[in-house]
Amino acid sequence: MAATNLGSTTTTKITNFPLNAWYVAAWDYELTRNPIARTICEKPLALYRTESGKPVALADACWHRLAPLSMGKTIGADGIQCPYHGIVYNSAGRCVSMPAQETLNPSATVPSFPAVQRYRYIWVWLGDPALADPDLIPNMSQMDDPNWTGDGKTIHADCNYQLIVDNLMDLTHEEFVHGSSIGQAELSEAEFVTTHTENSVTVTRWMKNINPPPFWKKNLRDVYPDYEGKVDRWQIIHFYAPSTICIDVGVAKAGTGAPDGDRSQGVNGYVMNTITPESERTSHYFWSFQRNYRLESQAITTQLREGVTRVFGEDEVMLRAQQEAIDANPNYEFYNLNIDAGGMWVRRILEKALKAEGRSTATFSTPGNK
Amino acid sequence: MAATNLEVWQKGLVVKIDSAAPTIRKITLRQSMPVKAEPGSHIDLILKSGKQQLRRSYSVVSQSPDFVEITIGVLKTRNSRGGSIAMHELKVGDVLDITQPIQNFPLRYSAENYILLAGGIGITALVEMGEALKRARANYRFVYVVKSRNLAIFANDLATTHGDNFQLFVDDEANELSVEHLVSSAGQGTELYMCGPIRLMDDVRREWKKHDLDITNLRYETFGAGGWFEPEPFKVHIVDRGLEVIVGENESMLDALESAGLEVMADCRKGECGLCELRVVNSKGKIEHRDVFYSEEQKHEGRKIACCVSRMVSSDDSPEISVIFG
Repeated sequence: MAATNLGSTTTTKITNFPLNAWYVAAWDYELTRNPIARTICEKPLALYRTESGKPVALADACWHRLAPLSMGKTIGADGIQCPYHGIVYNSAGRCVSMPAQETLNPSATVPSFPAVQRYRYIWVWLGDPALADPDLIPNMSQMDDPNWTGDGKTIHADCNYQLIVDNLMDLTHEEFVHGSSIGQAELSEAEFVTTHTENSVTVTRWMKNINPPPFWKKNLRDVYPDYEGKVDRWQIIHFYAPSTICIDVGVAKAGTGAPDGDRSQGVNGYVMNTITPESERTSHYFWSFQRNYRLESQAITTQLREGVTRVFGEDEVMLRAQQEAIDANPNYEFYNLNIDAGGMWVRRILEKALKAEGRSTATFSTPGNK
Repeated sequence: MAATNLEVWQKGLVVKIDSAAPTIRKITLRQSMPVKAEPGSHIDLILKSGKQQLRRSYSVVSQSPDFVEITIGVLKTRNSRGGSIAMHELKVGDVLDITQPIQNFPLRYSAENYILLAGGIGITALVEMGEALKRARANYRFVYVVKSRNLAIFANDLATTHGDNFQLFVDDEANELSVEHLVSSAGQGTELYMCGPIRLMDDVRREWKKHDLDITNLRYETFGAGGWFEPEPFKVHIVDRGLEVIVGENESMLDALESAGLEVMADCRKGECGLCELRVVNSKGKIEHRDVFYSEEQKHEGRKIACCVSRMVSSDDSPEISVIFG
C-alpha cells in the first residue's frame, strides 16, 4: 500500500517571501539625507531620512515618468525631489510641488512604506500597511543593549533567502564548510533538540567536554588567557519569522555548569542574522557578531567581525553554488534528513504565512519547482 | 500606502444586482482574475452605449472575504457622461471587461486623526476606508452628506459599524453640513479624505486653504462626475478649423469633438491632468469648470478649459464657446 502523499510543499527549493512582515532594508548608519536605492522583496525603494531623522521608504519611481527618486535630493523638512522634472514628494509619498502648473494632480503619489529604526537597523514593511505593527519586529536586542557590543556587515548573497535560513538552522555544515575556524566533528555527534511556536523555532545543541575549535579557543583566551582545558560548547538557534535568526553561541570551561545555566566561566556571543529577500534569487544578508564580555576592546570587535566575515565568505561560496546547482537541475527534488528539523519547521511557518496572504509557497517561475 | 495602479484587464461576471434606492444599484461582479481591493481602490470598466464604447470608473464598495467578488455602487443620473444609464441596464449573467482594482486614492495609516467626507454616491469610495480605520483603531469621524434620506443607502450600515464616529447630514431635512464648521475642527495632523459632488469638494478645498491646513492632507477623488449645474447642450466653435460642434447634455465636450472627427490630446478624462486643455477665445454663457487642474484664479480668468469634464451653462440663452484647437 502506497503512503498517501499529502502534497506538502515544505521542500520548495525557491521559496516565496511573505510581504506582511518587517524586513531590514539597511543599517542605521546607511540612511542619511542623501537618498540610497535598494530593492527589497523585488520592490525598488528610495531610502532617506527626514530632517528630524525619521527613516523614509518610498517606491523608487516618480509618479510622472518613473525616474528613480533615489537619484534625486532631499528637500525641505521631509521631501525628496525627482531628479528629472523636479516633482517634489513628502515622506508620505504625496506630491507637494509640480512643475509648470498652479495645482497638484490629486492622484500624484508614490507608494510610501512604513519604516522603523530599531536594533541598529532600518526595518520596512511592504505588505498591508494596516498590519504594520512595530511590535512585530523580532527581538534583536543584543544589537544595541549596553551590556553587549559588536559589529557586522551585509552580504549580498546570490541565492534565495530560504537557502540562507536553511544554512543557519542546521549548523552541522560547520564541520565541512568551516573546518578551519568553528567546525568540528562533535557538531554532528551531539544531539539536538528542536522546539517551535507559531512564529518561532529553537534548535538547541550542547557539545560537552570537547576541545574548542580555533575560533572559540581564541575567544575564551580573551577572557581566560591561561585556560588550556576542554570546554562545554553551545549553539542555541532562535528563528523568528520570517527570516531572522539569532544564535546564542559560546563555550565555558568544561564542567563549570554552563548547560545548567551558569555561564560565568565562559564567553558568550550572539550571531545576529536577518535575511531580506531582494529577488527570488538574491538576498541582503545582514549580520553582526555581538558579545557580552571585554566590551571595552575595539580590537576584539574588529577581530570578531573580520573573523566572521571570513567564515561567512565560505557560506557565500557554498550558497551561490547551491543555487546554481538547483537551477541547473530543475527536475531533481530536495530530500530531507533528520538534521533538517529546524529548517523544516521554518518552512511550515513560512508556508502558513504565505497562505494567509493568499499567496503560494512557490509562485516563482522555477522550472521543476513544486 | 502601496498603490497598485497597473491596469490589468479581466472579465467581470455580474452575479448580483441590488436596487438600493430607485436611482442607485449595487452591482456585484465576479472577477476572472481575483485581486484584493485596498481601501480607496476602484475598477475601470468598458460599457457599450449604442455604437459607443464608454470607459468608466467605479469605487469598490466591498469585497468578498476570498477577494473574488467585488461590489460597486452606481447612481443613475442625468448629470453624468452617459455611463450610469448603461450600468443600470446590466443584468445578472452579463460579462464586462473590467480592470483589476486600481489604487489612486490610498489611505495612509499614521495620521493623528481622520475625517472621511462622503457626498451622495461618493460614499462608495469611502466605505472600505471607514472599515480600515475602524480596524486600525484610528481616531476618525465619518461624515455622510445626502440630498434626501432615501438616497442615504449606506447610512444604517455605517451607523451600526461606526457608532458615534458617524454623522449623517440630510439636505432636505434642514440638516445641512456646515463645511466651515467641519474644516475648522481639523488640525495640522488631520487627514481629510473626500469623494462627492464637485461643489462640496470645492467648498472644502476653499475652507482648507482658508484655515491654512497642509494641502497634502486633503485627499480626494473626482472621477470627473457631477457639476454644480444640470448639463445642457451647447455649441463649440473651433475657430482655427472653421468647425461647429454641438455638445449634447449626455456627452462631454471631449466626446463631442472626438465624434466630430477631431483628434484631441487627452489622458485622464476626469479633469486632473490638463492635457485636453483648449484656449478660449470668447463665450456666451458661463464656463462651468469641473476640473481640479486649474487654480481658482485660472478658472476665474476663463482663458482655458479642460474639455474632458468642463461645460458651458447659461440660465436663459443657448450657451456657446469659441476655442482654438491649435
